[in-house]
Amino acid sequence: MTAMQQLYLLVPLAPLLGAMVAGLFGWAIGRTFSHLVTIAGVAVSCWASWLIFQDVQAGHSYNGTVYTWITVGSVSMQIGFLIDSLTAMMMLVVTFVSLMVHIYTIGYMRDDPGYQRFFSYISLFTFAMLMLVMANNFMQLFFGWEAVGLVSYLLIGFWYTRPTAIYANLKAFLVNRVGDFGFLLGIGVVLAYFGTLDYAAVFAHAPEFSSQMISLIPGSSWSLMTVICILLFIGAMGKSAQIPLHVWLPDSMEGPTPISALIHAATMVTAGIFMVARMSPLFELSQTALSFVMVIGAMTALFMGFLGIIQNDIKRVIAYSTLSQLGYMTVALGASAYSVAVFHLMTHAFFKALLFLAAGSVIMGMHHDQDIRNMGGLRKYMPITWITFLIGSLALIGTPFFSGFYSKDSIIEATHIAMEHGMAGAGFAYFAVLAGVFVTAFYSFRLYFLVFHGKTRFHAHEPNELDAGHEESEEHPGEEHHGMPHESPWVVTVPLILLAIPSVLIGYFTIQPMLFGGYFNGAITVDGALHPAMPDLQRDYHGAASMALHSLSGLPVWLALSGVVLAWFFYLRRPEIPEAIKHRFALIYVILENKYGFDRFNDWFFAGGARALGRFFWHVGEVKIIDGFFVNGTANLVGWFATVVRKWQSGYIYHYAFAMIIGIFALITWFVRVV
Amino acid sequence: MLAGYPLLSLAVWLPICAGILVLATGSERNAPLARWIALLGSVLAFAVTLPLYLRFDAATANMQFVEFTAWIPTFHINYHLGVDGISMPFVLLNSFTTILVVIAGWQVIQNKTSQYMAAFLIMSGLINGVFVALDAMLFYVFFEAMLIPLFLVIGIWGGPRRVYAAVKFFLYTLLGSLLMLVAFIYLHFESGGSFEIIDYYALPLSLPVQILLFVAFFLAFAVKVPMWPVHTWLPDAHVEAPTGGSVVLAAITLKIGAYGFMRFNLPITPDASHYMTGFIITISLIAVVYISLVALVQADMKKLIAYSSISHMGFVTLGIFLFNNIGMEGALLQMISHGFISAAMFLSIGVMYDRMHTRQIADYGGLVNRMPVFAAFLMLFSMANAGLPGTSGFVGEFMVILAAIKVNFWYAFAAATTLIFGAAYTLWMYKRVIFGAITNPEVAKLTDINPREFGFLAVLAALTLAMGIYPQPVTNVMHVSVDNLLAHVAQSKLP
Repeated sequence: MTAMQQLYLLVPLAPLLGAMVAGLFGWAIGRTFSHLVTIAGVAVSCWASWLIFQDVQAGHSYNGTVYTWITVGSVSMQIGFLIDSLTAMMMLVVTFVSLMVHIYTIGYMRDDPGYQRFFSYISLFTFAMLMLVMANNFMQLFFGWEAVGLVSYLLIGFWYTRPTAIYANLKAFLVNRVGDFGFLLGIGVVLAYFGTLDYAAVFAHAPEFSSQMISLIPGSSWSLMTVICILLFIGAMGKSAQIPLHVWLPDSMEGPTPISALIHAATMVTAGIFMVARMSPLFELSQTALSFVMVIGAMTALFMGFLGIIQNDIKRVIAYSTLSQLGYMTVALGASAYSVAVFHLMTHAFFKALLFLAAGSVIMGMHHDQDIRNMGGLRKYMPITWITFLIGSLALIGTPFFSGFYSKDSIIEATHIAMEHGMAGAGFAYFAVLAGVFVTAFYSFRLYFLVFHGKTRFHAHEPNELDAGHEESEEHPGEEHHGMPHESPWVVTVPLILLAIPSVLIGYFTIQPMLFGGYFNGAITVDGALHPAMPDLQRDYHGAASMALHSLSGLPVWLALSGVVLAWFFYLRRPEIPEAIKHRFALIYVILENKYGFDRFNDWFFAGGARALGRFFWHVGEVKIIDGFFVNGTANLVGWFATVVRKWQSGYIYHYAFAMIIGIFALITWFVRVV
Repeated sequence: MLAGYPLLSLAVWLPICAGILVLATGSERNAPLARWIALLGSVLAFAVTLPLYLRFDAATANMQFVEFTAWIPTFHINYHLGVDGISMPFVLLNSFTTILVVIAGWQVIQNKTSQYMAAFLIMSGLINGVFVALDAMLFYVFFEAMLIPLFLVIGIWGGPRRVYAAVKFFLYTLLGSLLMLVAFIYLHFESGGSFEIIDYYALPLSLPVQILLFVAFFLAFAVKVPMWPVHTWLPDAHVEAPTGGSVVLAAITLKIGAYGFMRFNLPITPDASHYMTGFIITISLIAVVYISLVALVQADMKKLIAYSSISHMGFVTLGIFLFNNIGMEGALLQMISHGFISAAMFLSIGVMYDRMHTRQIADYGGLVNRMPVFAAFLMLFSMANAGLPGTSGFVGEFMVILAAIKVNFWYAFAAATTLIFGAAYTLWMYKRVIFGAITNPEVAKLTDINPREFGFLAVLAALTLAMGIYPQPVTNVMHVSVDNLLAHVAQSKLP
């Protein structure tokens, strides 16, 4: 094994080791050692990822097997690594954000009795996510895919005595399983036609199947590639929370905030985006699948943004913004601008992790109250949180020169190009991403203004009783009034600052190499003739600074600005207007309040329907028909028959003699008839 | 060194002899002695099966470790033992499970201890006999004889409705197997007086005859698996059986049915197998979907896991009748994995039952507050039951689904719903039992698992994970035998 290969192994194994030590022996080694060992694991992993990233930039890539998981006949499934530019970038993002979250957690979970368990879980998550992104085959991809789902389940239900948390984690797992159902079938179809699950082999042979038709329903004919891609994308819809499988993500906010940042914003939910980008050689072969991807993404981008406007829980607003941004990434995938989607994935990972961690800092400052109606004017009390939150929000709404601007603007442009080329669904998508810019700016700054500006509204604040096991202890002697908000300790603010830096800068410095410099060559395949989004973007690109300046004459920036101004006007100047609108357009408000009714429908139709069907099968099929009629019925029939024939055994000779006479008579009659 | 020892005979008779020895300890006064003899006997019995794996020649499909002695020469009935890659893993699984059962009953069984331990040891030997017998009559004898100890275990140490459950179980399985005896006698005459199972493989048979034979075997084994709709004895038997009985029932005896399909139906009546495959796959898929929904609404934990077992066994029969190597090996892996997971689930329910004396989900809630270590174990086993990758529960299901797609997309579609339903019923149960705040004051008094319980749960956890992370060593021994079996199935035997 070469030194590089050892390094590859080190990346996932270091966090795994940390997770095992903290999880199995956390009770023995105590809190400090638990967080030290897990942080050390992730730090090693992050450092190794950095070395690997540099190695990849030097032009090296790797595709090899670690061990053979199983061999059956001609099919061999391996655990193996594919290290290329896409993987290396994901590894860096995952380990860096994870490291920040690990450090932040020291402050956030300080008083939680499940401290060691929490560190164990987030390190385990890091391991699973790394296995997912480093996979060189579909089987391992599915492994990581489900493993991150498991850790997400464990972490959403981390506070396991809360009814809402254990409802949310079960819901998250099951909804993800619906996606995995499609994903697994997609993998199965790949194996059935390609005879292997190895990425390289599948991608190499994919063009041979581009015109292959299969008949799933007799009489119909489907393109094989469309079937595969849509099935795989159903998996992405579950994990990356696209309509209609998005319903679990807002509820996942029941988990501790560091998790919302790491899993439900920066990394796990982007697994679907990563997967589709990884599968670009397959998706490029199906126009139908790409259009499907784009329309689903556009719907998510726009409609989930609307929901962010009316939420009052600080984390839920950011959750809906995550949904909407995931929709943006999906739109980019549909436009064949895979590298743009991955680019937005990266910038989003930084600024959204920042927003969540800053929100967590606010929540700590507010003594675990998450309702933004009880906040206001916090900038005076929490200056670092305030500035970093503002930076995150500016990046999110696409302020020129901020990281989010470069990625989001590229998505909008790519969608525009797809529309001009007459791609099905692109017109709607273009409208959705443009309108989404305004919506994003509006809800982001509604949140920002309500939390950090305006009048303070927390005087009558009581600690939230839900946090009984987790309330902040009053250990801040410097505070003049113990109910007042306070800035968070350095373990919380340092990660905020470290995340704020890339949130501002990373777009400016990486757009050139990532989108136009061929960084993803070899990792992402685009058929430029058929899907010209990338070449056309490149033609119009004249440097990062010029792109930002040029945007000032474009629609998106003005849409974002008007969103900000409107939010300012509505929520700082004239708070009565939104109230009036709420009453004037009550119907719309109710629809949004009910999140378009997805939850209610799912509870009624799927959860209720399955239980009703189960009860029907149980009472009718099992108890009545099989057991009642056949099994016990047979027993009863035998018993009844025995009771009847028993009566013939009366014991009286004349009964038997009479029976014999009848018998003889009958036999004679029969013989006579025959003769 | 070991070549000269009759390993298979030891695997069969050592536990039986140990069982008789345990029985000889007699009254309850000697219960500690009975326990220790039982433990020693089961460990030794497992130890003698280890060379079967370690010295197994994975390159041949022929029977290995063969022993042959004439038994009833008049009818050409022989004491003929041997294993191939299909049966060998089950000998180990069975012998291993017996140790768990002995340990699980250690403090729990305080009534007729020696008989209880003896019943399990004797049953273990008889079940090994089922897996290693190569003579049809010998197989039949073991096949029926193993019912007796299980019948007694349910009927004596069972719950309130134990007699109903025991009789139902006994009649169900006996009725099925009687036709198998008829089939053996027919084959005996047809083959010119042989009871050698392997001889039957080469016997040309017309399609109607094959179908009749197939049905005769099928009834015997479908009841054992159990397949829908002849499954209703299983939930009753599980609910009434003591923990050890449930473990053996789920982990081992269900596998005998599927093993029978592989040993008899497929190679003896290949044309009928092809003829019937659509039917078998249909009822397998009904087991997966319909039974999962039934499991969802169960209020009794044991019943829930019993239905979950039926659903998981649906994957086994599906995998077998897809007639390709991924499906077949997937089915075998699913059987072994289900041996670990169902054993673990029933042992876990036993852990709770021993403390609370109830299996109703509604009586629990918030267990994690009092029993965090147990909750962690049950989390792992629940996830394995839901087929999470990295656990053994994933491997078999994954392979069967992959194999099904090759045959028909919609088979796989129906089978893959287990991803959703399996997670739904298992995790919903977990949520109601383990998570939440404590509502029942009895739960507030609970203590976490003791070292004995920790021991058997940890061993099963390790096995579940090991097989999920690295299943290759398990499948390596199967390849050649499975390929050989598929070659038999592919070859028409019509005269």
